[in-house]
Amino acid sequence: MRFRTCLLGGAALAILGACGAYALTLRSSMAAITPPSQASFDKVTVEKGAILAAIADCTVCHTAPGGEPFAGGLPLKTPFGTLYSTNITPEETTGVGSWSLEAFKRAMREGVDRQGDYLYPAFPYTHYNHVADDDLAALYAFLMTRRPVKATPPPNDLIPPLGFRPLLAGWNLLFLDEAPFAPAEDQSAEWNRGAYLVEGLGHCGLCHTPLNLAGAEKTSKTFAGGVAEGWTAPPLDASNPNAARWSVDRLTAYLRSGLDAEHGVAAGPMGPVTHGLSTVPEGEVRAIAVYITSKMETGESAQQHGESLPAAKPLDNAEEAAATHQAGAAIFAGACAGCHGTGAPMSSDGRPSLALTTDLAADDPRNTIQTILQGIPELAGQKRPLMPSFAGVFSDRDVAEVTAYLRVRFTDQPAWPNLHDAVVEARNEGEKP
Amino acid sequence: MKRSASQLNRRAFLGAGALTVAFAMAPRALAQLPGASGGTAVRPDLPGDLKSTPMLDAWIRIDAKSAITVFTGKAELGQGIKTALIQVAAEELDVDPGTITLVTADTARTPDEGLTAASHSMQDSGTAIMNAAANVRMLLTNAAARTMNVAPETLSTSGDGQIHGAGGKRLSYGEIAASLSLHVEAQPNVPLRDPASYRTIGTSWPRVDIPAKVTGGEAYVQDLRLPGMLHARILRGPSSGTRLKNPPIDAVAKMSGVVKIVQNGAFLAVVAEEEWTAITAMRALQAAPFERTAPPLPQTGVVETLTRLPSRPITVLDAAGGTAVPVRTIKARYTRPWLAHGSIGPSCAVAWFKNGEMTIWSHSQGIFDVRRVAADLLGLDIENVHAIHAEGAGCYGQNGADDVAADAALIAHELEGHPIRLQWMREQEFGWEPLGPGMFVDLEAAMDDQNRIVAWRHDVWSTPHNTRPNTAGGVLAGWEVTPPFKAPEPQPIPMPEGGGDRNSNPLYALPAMNVVYHFVPEMPMRTSAMRSLGGHMNIFAIEQLFDELAASAGIDPLDLRLAHMTDQRARDVMTLAAERFGWSARPRGDGRRGCGMGFAQYKNLEAYCAVMMEVEVERETGDYRVKRAVAAVDCGQAVNPNAVANQIEGAIIQAISWTSREMVTTKPTHLTSFDWGSYPILRFSSVPDAIEVHIVDRPGMPFLGTAEAGQGPAGAALANALAAAIGVRLRDMPLTPVKVKAAIGVI
Amino acid sequence: MTLTLNVNGQTRSVEADPATPLLYVLRNGLGLSGPKYGCGLGQCGACTVQLDGEAVFSCLTPLAVVGERPVVTVEGLGTGEAPSVLQKAFIYEQAAQCGYCIAGMIMRAQALLDANPSPSDAEIRAHMEPNLCRCGTHMRILRAVRRAAGSKNAETEAVR
Repeated sequence: MRFRTCLLGGAALAILGACGAYALTLRSSMAAITPPSQASFDKVTVEKGAILAAIADCTVCHTAPGGEPFAGGLPLKTPFGTLYSTNITPEETTGVGSWSLEAFKRAMREGVDRQGDYLYPAFPYTHYNHVADDDLAALYAFLMTRRPVKATPPPNDLIPPLGFRPLLAGWNLLFLDEAPFAPAEDQSAEWNRGAYLVEGLGHCGLCHTPLNLAGAEKTSKTFAGGVAEGWTAPPLDASNPNAARWSVDRLTAYLRSGLDAEHGVAAGPMGPVTHGLSTVPEGEVRAIAVYITSKMETGESAQQHGESLPAAKPLDNAEEAAATHQAGAAIFAGACAGCHGTGAPMSSDGRPSLALTTDLAADDPRNTIQTILQGIPELAGQKRPLMPSFAGVFSDRDVAEVTAYLRVRFTDQPAWPNLHDAVVEARNEGEKP
Repeated sequence: MKRSASQLNRRAFLGAGALTVAFAMAPRALAQLPGASGGTAVRPDLPGDLKSTPMLDAWIRIDAKSAITVFTGKAELGQGIKTALIQVAAEELDVDPGTITLVTADTARTPDEGLTAASHSMQDSGTAIMNAAANVRMLLTNAAARTMNVAPETLSTSGDGQIHGAGGKRLSYGEIAASLSLHVEAQPNVPLRDPASYRTIGTSWPRVDIPAKVTGGEAYVQDLRLPGMLHARILRGPSSGTRLKNPPIDAVAKMSGVVKIVQNGAFLAVVAEEEWTAITAMRALQAAPFERTAPPLPQTGVVETLTRLPSRPITVLDAAGGTAVPVRTIKARYTRPWLAHGSIGPSCAVAWFKNGEMTIWSHSQGIFDVRRVAADLLGLDIENVHAIHAEGAGCYGQNGADDVAADAALIAHELEGHPIRLQWMREQEFGWEPLGPGMFVDLEAAMDDQNRIVAWRHDVWSTPHNTRPNTAGGVLAGWEVTPPFKAPEPQPIPMPEGGGDRNSNPLYALPAMNVVYHFVPEMPMRTSAMRSLGGHMNIFAIEQLFDELAASAGIDPLDLRLAHMTDQRARDVMTLAAERFGWSARPRGDGRRGCGMGFAQYKNLEAYCAVMMEVEVERETGDYRVKRAVAAVDCGQAVNPNAVANQIEGAIIQAISWTSREMVTTKPTHLTSFDWGSYPILRFSSVPDAIEVHIVDRPGMPFLGTAEAGQGPAGAALANALAAAIGVRLRDMPLTPVKVKAAIGVI
Repeated sequence: MTLTLNVNGQTRSVEADPATPLLYVLRNGLGLSGPKYGCGLGQCGACTVQLDGEAVFSCLTPLAVVGERPVVTVEGLGTGEAPSVLQKAFIYEQAAQCGYCIAGMIMRAQALLDANPSPSDAEIRAHMEPNLCRCGTHMRILRAVRRAAGSKNAETEAVR
C-alpha cells in the first residue's frame, strides 16, 4: 500500500538508460535451492521474524484483495502503468521457495531477485539495506515457514521503456545508499532502536519523505511529508502542523490503534499500517514513537519526554463558517453533523473533534478530500471508526464546498486555494487500478 | 397489507418444493408454562391459551359472507407467526388460507396471551387457534346437520369453506354462521383433522407480510402516518445511567418548527412539526456535556465483574448416581461478554392522547404490558389505554421497544390531540436498550475407563435475563419522572424455562449431574432478555466440553454424544445432520480446515436442533470463515417448513456474529459501543458459503418452538470447528481472529 | 425553501431546508415508506436508494446535493400487485425475516444489476457489503439477487 508514485523525468531516464546498459552484465542468477523444511528453522527465530514482518508490513503489499497472504498480486497504480506485487510465499516455482538466505539478502539490500533481475523500487530495498544480518535471517525464517501458495501475479503493465528492468541498475547507482545503519552515540538505546526500525524495515520515509523526479526520496528533506496513493503522508519533522501535540505516549497509542483523540484516525494507506503495528510488541512501537517524536521536536515543547499535554480545546467558528459557506453548512448539517456535530455521541471514545484533526490543519486539502470521497472502511470486522464514502453522493463542487466550510469552521488556517481542482485531482488519484 | 402478490406467487412457490422452514409446538395438553401467557388459566383442561381465553369468538369470527377473522394475542416479529397461525386456522377450519384475516396483539381486540417470546407462540397461540378452529368446524358441521336435517357424520368439508352433504347439498360457512353463536367455550378433545389429509399445514405457504416489505408498503410502526402527527426525539446521556448537564432548553425551545420541549423530572424530549427539525433540536440539546448518575461501569472482565457482585445460588439439578470410578476429569471455564440486540431499525412508537384515551402503537413483544406500563406511568385507568402491536425491526428480545412506547405515551400525554411519532436514534438504541447479559460457565466432567461420563458439574453466573416491564418502574421514563417509579427487584425465571440457567441441564443421560445457577441480581449494565437467554452460553459450554471429553478419550464427538443420548428425537437430528453434512468424511487435520457440531433441545422442551459447521482458518492472520453449515431440526409438526428453515438459517448467522465478533465495550462513564463501527456485526463478506436446514417430518406432533433453537448449537459448532481446525480450544467469546492467531502462534 | 426533485420518474416539489437528508423528505414529505431510518450514519444501508443509478445512503444525502439527479426508491421498482423482477425474486426466495433492511437491500442490489446484469457471487457479496441484516437472512438475499440476475434483462426492463 505504501507504494510511492514515481515520476521519471525524461533527462533522468536518459541517464538511467546509459548507466543501466553498463550495469546490465553485473548481476548474476543465484543457485536455486530445494525449499527448506519448516523444521529447519527454530521457532524463536521465526517468532522474531514475524514481528519484523509486521513492522515491515510485508503482507499489505504482498497480498491481493481477498487473496492468500504473501502470495502477491496486489496492483500498484502509477502514472506510468501498473505494477503487481510478487509472491513471497516459499512456493518453489512461483514464490521464493528456491531462494537461499543469500539470495533473499541480496534482494532485500540490493533490489535484485534470485534470478538476477532488478526489482522496482516500489519494493523498499533502499530502506531494507539498513537491516542487520540476523534480522534478515529472522525474516527469511518467517517467510520460509509460511504456507507455500502457487500463484503468479499478473504481468506488470508499464509504459515503454520502463518495463526494461536493467534501467534500474542506473537508478540504484544514483539513489541506493548502501551504508549500514550507524547508531547515534549521543542518543538512547530506545531512540537508536526506533531509528533502526524507522529507517530500515519500517520504511516510513518511502511515504513521508518527498520524492525527486526519478522517484527517489529527497535525502535533503527526509520526513518533510509526501504523497501516497493520492493521500498526503504528513511530515514527520518539525514542519508537521500538529507536531507539538504529539507525545511518545500518544504516538505509540496511535500507531497501535489507528486513533488519536487530538489528531485523527489512520485513514487511507495508513490504516493497514496501524493494523499491522497493532500486533507488534508495544516496546518496538514505542521505540518508533521515540524516534519520530524526536524528529518532530520544535525545540520549544516538552513532548519528547512523553509528558502529558493539557487537553486541546477545539476551535469552532460555526457562525463565521455558516455565513461564508452557506452551501457547505447545509451539506455538513445533513451529511456530517450526525457524527461530527458538537456533542455527537459518535465523537466519544477517543474519536477526535474535527478541530483537532491533522488533516484539516494541513497545508493541502488532499487528505480531507480523500476521507470524504473514500470514507474509512471497515477492517475485517474490527472495532474502529467507520465512515461511508461520499464519492457517489457528492459532486466535485459539493466536496469543495464542504471542505471549504470545514476549514473555516474548525481551523484558523487560511482557506485552501483551488479546491475544486484539488477534488478533481483527488478523485483521479484515489481511483483503484 | 397487500396479499395479492403472495397469492400470485403461491403456485410457483409451492412448486419449488425444496424450500423448507419449521414452527413447532409443545404437548397440546401441557399446562401453561410460566413466563408466557398473560391470562389466568380458567379452563386448565383446554389446550394452549384456550386455558385463559376459552371463548371461541375471542379467537375466530365468521360473518354472513363467510369472511373469517382470526385473533391472536401474539405478534409478528419477523418470525412469520402471522402466516403460520393463518395456516393453522385454515387447516382446522378447512378453508383456503387466503380467506382468513388475522388480527394480532391488540388490547382492545385480541386475547391477552402475554409476551411474544421464548419461542412460545406456536404452542400457546397456535395450539389454541388450532383447537378453536376444530371446535368451530364441529359447531358449523353440527348446525349444518340440523339445517339439512341429516346426521353430522354424513357431512364433510373439502377446503372450500362449505359443508358438503349427500347429493350435492352444501351450505357455506357464512350461511351457517349467520345463525350460529361462537360465543361459547371451547370443548376439550374435539377431533382434529388427520395430518395425512392436511391441505395447508406442512406447506411452505408464502409469508403474508413479505410482499409489502419488498415493495415499500406500510409495514412497520415506523411507517404509521396519522393526521397532524408530530415528531419527537428524546434527550438522555449517551447510555443508561447518565444524563445531560444543563442542556440549552430555552434556546432550543425558540427554534423554528419546535412545538414543545417536554420535561418531567429528568425526562426530556423535544417535539417538532418535522422529523428533521426534531433531530436538529435534539443535536443542539445534546451538545451539552453529560454526567454519570449511576455507579461507574466496571472495567474488569466478565468473570471478575460478576464474581465481585452478590449472587444467589439456585440449584438446577443435583442428581447423584452411578458407581463408576472416574479416571479422567476435565475442567474448563467459558465466558461471554455483554451483547447488544442490535435491531437494524431503532425502536419507535406512535402515541395519541385524545379525549382522555391513550392509544399506543408499539412493536413491543408484550403489548398488554405496554398498556399496563403506560397506565401506571400516566395515572390513567387501564380501560383508557389502548395498545396495538405494529411491526418494528426484529428485536431478538427486549430492546428499546417498551421504553420508547412509554416515552411516546408520556410525550403524547403532554400534547393532547396530537399523534406523536418517536423513534430513537441508532446511538440511543445502543446506549439505552437492555443488553444481553455477560455470563460465564465453569464446567467439570469426569469419565470412567469405559469412556462413560460419570460426573458433571455446571456453574453458571449471570445478571438477570428478564427485566421486562409491567409497571412504570420497568422503563427508563419511569425512573426519570418526578416522583420516580422504583425498579422492581429482578427475579430469576424458574426452570424448566430458566433464564441464565436456560439449557444448563444437559439433555444427555448422565448418571450424576450437579448444576447451579449463580443469579446476580445487581446489573452494572442494564440487562434483559436476548434471544435464547442463557441457552447460547450454556450450550456453547456444554457442547464444547463434550468435544474436549471426546478428544481426551480419542473418540468421535458425535459418537460420544450418541453414547450418552437416549432421547430418540435428539439422536435423529444429530444423525440426520451428520448424514447430510458428510460428518464421517469431514475435512480435518490440515491445520486450516475443521468441523464441529453442537446440539440442544431448546429448554429441553422445544425444538431439537443439531448444527454442524466447517470453518477454514487463515493461519497467517487468524481470520476465518464458516464455509458451510448444516442443521437438522425437529420442531414437531412443521406448519411452514420454509419459515422454519428461515428461522434456523437466521439463528446460525446471528450466532456466528455473536460468537465470533460481538462485545459491548465500556468506559467508566458510558458504553462505548454506539454504532456499527464500535459494535461490528457480521456482514455479507463473512457469512457462510452455504447453509442447509433439514427438517425432521413429524406429522401431527405438537408444535415445538423453533425461533431460538439454533443459537446455542450454532455457537458451539463454531467453537468446536475452530478447535478442530487449529488444534487449540478458545473458550472466551468473542472468538476473534486476534485470539485465533494468538492460539495458533507463529507457524 | 422549495426544491424540485425527480423521484421515481416524477417531478416533485418539496418545501424543506436544503440540509435535510433525502431520507426524511422521501418518507415524510413524499409519503414513501421504502427507505428506512436505520443508523443515520451511513453504516447499515436500510435507507439505501438509487441516486443517478448509484446506491447511496439517503440518510446522509442532503437535499442540497441531490439537484436534478433522479432518485429511485423501492416503490419505483414495482408494486405489491406488479413487483419487479428483483422484488419477485425476493418474494420467491422468501428473503426476509423482519424485513426492515430489505428495501435497502433491494435498492443496493438493483444498482448492481443495472450496471452488471450477470454478477458473480463474489461480486454480489462485495457489492452488498455496506448493508446490514440482523435477522440473518443473508443467504436468501444472495439467492434472490442471483435469481434476478439469472432472469432475462428484457424482462427486468419490461416490469420496471
